[in-house]
Amino acid sequence: MTQHTVKSFQEELDTLAANIAQMGGLTEAQLSAAIEAVVRRDTQLAERTIREDQRIDALEAEIEAHAIRMIALRQPMATDLREAIAAIKISIDLERIGDLAKNIAKRAMVLQNDFEGTNRLIQGISRMGRLAQRQLKHVLDAYSSREAQAAMEVWRDDEEIDAMYNSVFRELLTYMMEDPRTIGVSTHLLFVAKNIERIGDHATNIAETISYLVTGEWVSDERPKGDTTSTTAVKSGS
Amino acid sequence: MTTLDTTEASGMIMNKTAEEAGALAKAVSTAKAGHETKIAASKVSVFYGDKQALFDVSIDIPARQVMAFIGPSGCGKSTFLRCINRMNDTIDNCSVKGTIEIDGANIYDPKIDPVLLRARVGMVFQKPNPFPKSIYDNIAYGPRIHGVAKAGSAMDEIVERSLQRAALWNEVKDRLDQPGTGLSGGQQQRLCIARAIAVNPDIILMDEPCSALDPIATAKVEELIDELRAQYTIVIVTHSMQQAARVSQKAAFFHLGNLIEVDETDKMFTNPSDQRTQDYITGRFG
Repeated sequence: MTQHTVKSFQEELDTLAANIAQMGGLTEAQLSAAIEAVVRRDTQLAERTIREDQRIDALEAEIEAHAIRMIALRQPMATDLREAIAAIKISIDLERIGDLAKNIAKRAMVLQNDFEGTNRLIQGISRMGRLAQRQLKHVLDAYSSREAQAAMEVWRDDEEIDAMYNSVFRELLTYMMEDPRTIGVSTHLLFVAKNIERIGDHATNIAETISYLVTGEWVSDERPKGDTTSTTAVKSGS
Repeated sequence: MTTLDTTEASGMIMNKTAEEAGALAKAVSTAKAGHETKIAASKVSVFYGDKQALFDVSIDIPARQVMAFIGPSGCGKSTFLRCINRMNDTIDNCSVKGTIEIDGANIYDPKIDPVLLRARVGMVFQKPNPFPKSIYDNIAYGPRIHGVAKAGSAMDEIVERSLQRAALWNEVKDRLDQPGTGLSGGQQQRLCIARAIAVNPDIILMDEPCSALDPIATAKVEELIDELRAQYTIVIVTHSMQQAARVSQKAAFFHLGNLIEVDETDKMFTNPSDQRTQDYITGRFG
């Protein structure tokens, strides 16, 4: 895009995008650390991940203040306006992803007391985590290259995470029914899986925002939903 | 943006009883009135001597809405505005080609009297220009020469009503005999708007009406524009993009004598279709 006539305005827009990129990088690192902490049941890594979350929170506050000041002082129009709005919205989603990663890390700390099947379950969760990391990476790439198409691929691919969440959910239910001693660990793993699934949803939110940023239109299609666990029930006697 | 297709509607009418058809026909005409075209310009070109300032501008301006013309200096927006009440006639070497219809009648028809036309199409300029007369006479002048009212109570009424519509009455009612030039800039501009509406125009053209006013006076004029659009079709030229965004329902972007884009104002300022519009409103024109 052509540069702004007012250089300081251009600099402010650049700073805003750079801050989002930095926040995105930080969130990616946090997610990967949280999954790693669960997989290796690494308490130290989990603790560090929990502490690091405040950096993401601080960046969100900074981006929001920056965007608000730009709207007040520059009265941006068209793409510039959409840049400001997109930055605010994306920073909110990234901050939520950070919170979910922090929550995953917290649960890693109570996973010490494991049972036989834990390793196998954790493999499923690790696969889900990799998928979420891939989604997050792709959506952040789509933001920096301003590609609506690439963003919409992320939007559609979320179904995969949903499907994987369904199978992890069912598997955990089975373990809990077979052996009540696994209920404690399974419940934590269930929340970990749910958090990863939510992270996927936030990535699709970011994808929608990128599409708006680039095209000026909000995505109107209903996204294909694959998460059916809210209607999954345990049938007694089966 | 017509809501009902006429042929389709008349087809529907044939299958209905006479009573239903009457009601439907009325509904159709009301639906159309909402988006009725007041001013229709077709292939308007303007030349100053040999130099062409405006190239084939075609645009429909809807009734009882505010249309804002935006664009960089020298883009032809004021030139086009001045075509709508034939103000360009007053410039010696200026010639206009194409047609401009108001309510379906071509205003460049030789039978049209430009003086009467300018009573129907009022104008407010960049710099407030009240006559060096009393506040009362500033308003009464137009109705008097156009024979709308004779001096006396009928004229008093017009003066009061015009000043009230221009939101100036309460500030000047006790000093109507004092010179209009003694008012503040913002009051003078509202006096000029009152003067324009005193002759009962259909259309009010405004050429940068707020560029010489402070923010409070600007807000008052913008509030006035918003109230006036219930009765008048308003076309405003402004360099302030924020003002165009605030006061207009539709906006047209001019560049180098061409009309580039016309659209709903909210669309224009969030997601314009043309790259040149985008570059201009975001401040990127090199």
